[in-house]
Amino acid sequence: MAEFDLVMYEEEFRRIDEELQKLYQQANAKVLFLVDKNGQLIASAGDTHNIDTTALASLTAGNIAATGGIARLLGEREFTILFHEGEKDNIQISLIGQRVILVVIFDQRSSLGLVRLRVKKASESLTRIFDEIASKAEKEKAEGRLDESPFAEISDEDIDNLFR
Amino acid sequence: MSFINYSSREINCKIVYYGPGLCGKTTNLQYIYRRTNPEQKGKLISLATETERTLFFDFLPLALGDIKGFRVRFHLYTVPGQVFYAASRKLILKGVDGVVFVADSQIERMEANMESFEDLKINLAEQGYELEKLPFTIQHNKRDLPNVAPVEQMNAILNPNGIQSFEAVAMTGQGVFETLKSVAKQVLFELKKHY
Ligand SMILES: Nc1nc2c(ncn2[C@@H]2O[C@H](COP(=O)(O)OP(=O)(O)O)[C@@H](O)[C@H]2O)c(=O)[nH]1
Ligand SMILES: [Mg+2]
Repeated sequence: MAEFDLVMYEEEFRRIDEELQKLYQQANAKVLFLVDKNGQLIASAGDTHNIDTTALASLTAGNIAATGGIARLLGEREFTILFHEGEKDNIQISLIGQRVILVVIFDQRSSLGLVRLRVKKASESLTRIFDEIASKAEKEKAEGRLDESPFAEISDEDIDNLFR
Repeated sequence: MSFINYSSREINCKIVYYGPGLCGKTTNLQYIYRRTNPEQKGKLISLATETERTLFFDFLPLALGDIKGFRVRFHLYTVPGQVFYAASRKLILKGVDGVVFVADSQIERMEANMESFEDLKINLAEQGYELEKLPFTIQHNKRDLPNVAPVEQMNAILNPNGIQSFEAVAMTGQGVFETLKSVAKQVLFELKKHY
């Protein structure tokens, strides 16, 4: 495979969640999302009830991918921040450690300056956590942690059941 | 690149429908969307032009059920088929776990099929994938039309390794779930190899 699969365990998830909650408070944000570059939602903070998070994750990743494509055409490595201004809500999308996408939705109770500042701080912590996840995955792959895998026993029948 | 989350007990896998323009990729997703229970699917998102041609991608998230206590989610994407959207197609292939090649069975579309198939191989290679090593299924679509090429002939061109292929009429749904199931099965067995 070209890239490592992203494997997330309870412990890392808790640390990521803590970072997001902290950022949520400090940036006065409405909602936060963390999305992987392939469009899968990793975690969120704030009131996500009225938001289709799956669709948002996929479209955000598409947005970042398209912007990255434009960057390369212009000889930039990547644009790390996108900002969209709406009538009520604004959205800032930033790339963290080349790996994951952080989406911050905020309104007039916050400001772009504050959001940028707090996101910068949180990025550093999140980058560290994702670096650790990646090296852990690499190590486990090398050691062939096959015996304890929940998928080692997948059968034809399991898959047939999905398509009932 | 599947995403396995032990915390929420979910597995996410990305499946991309590839093929020449107008071969029926979007129609596959629309049929799957119509025939899936509301609690098993998210919105079908289509980034399309005003004339309903796919501009960037279609996206359909499916959660068909559980395996070994893990919620299995498939994220289905289609690519825009027209030649000039090459850059977008590359982006959508990023992190793909399985590919469905939808071929248009009409004789006059054979050249377009071949061109798209070569394009797929090149774009995968650019990202370090080999088609031969990736979960992959071929669907021969539009079998209802009068001017179709024999399946054997299409397989000879598009399926040199003789993998299982499916005849389909995506408009009526014939072969649509069979195709999805085939690629999904390969994707899940791939997980079994690695985890
Ligand atoms: N006759 C016939 N038409 C089909 C079939 N599948 C799709 N179409 C039609 O082909 C056209 C293009 O389909 P679409 O799904 O948009 O193609 P895409 O470019 O691959 O996404 C539409 O008018 C569909 O209704 C099929 O199995 N038989
Ligand atoms: Mg389409």
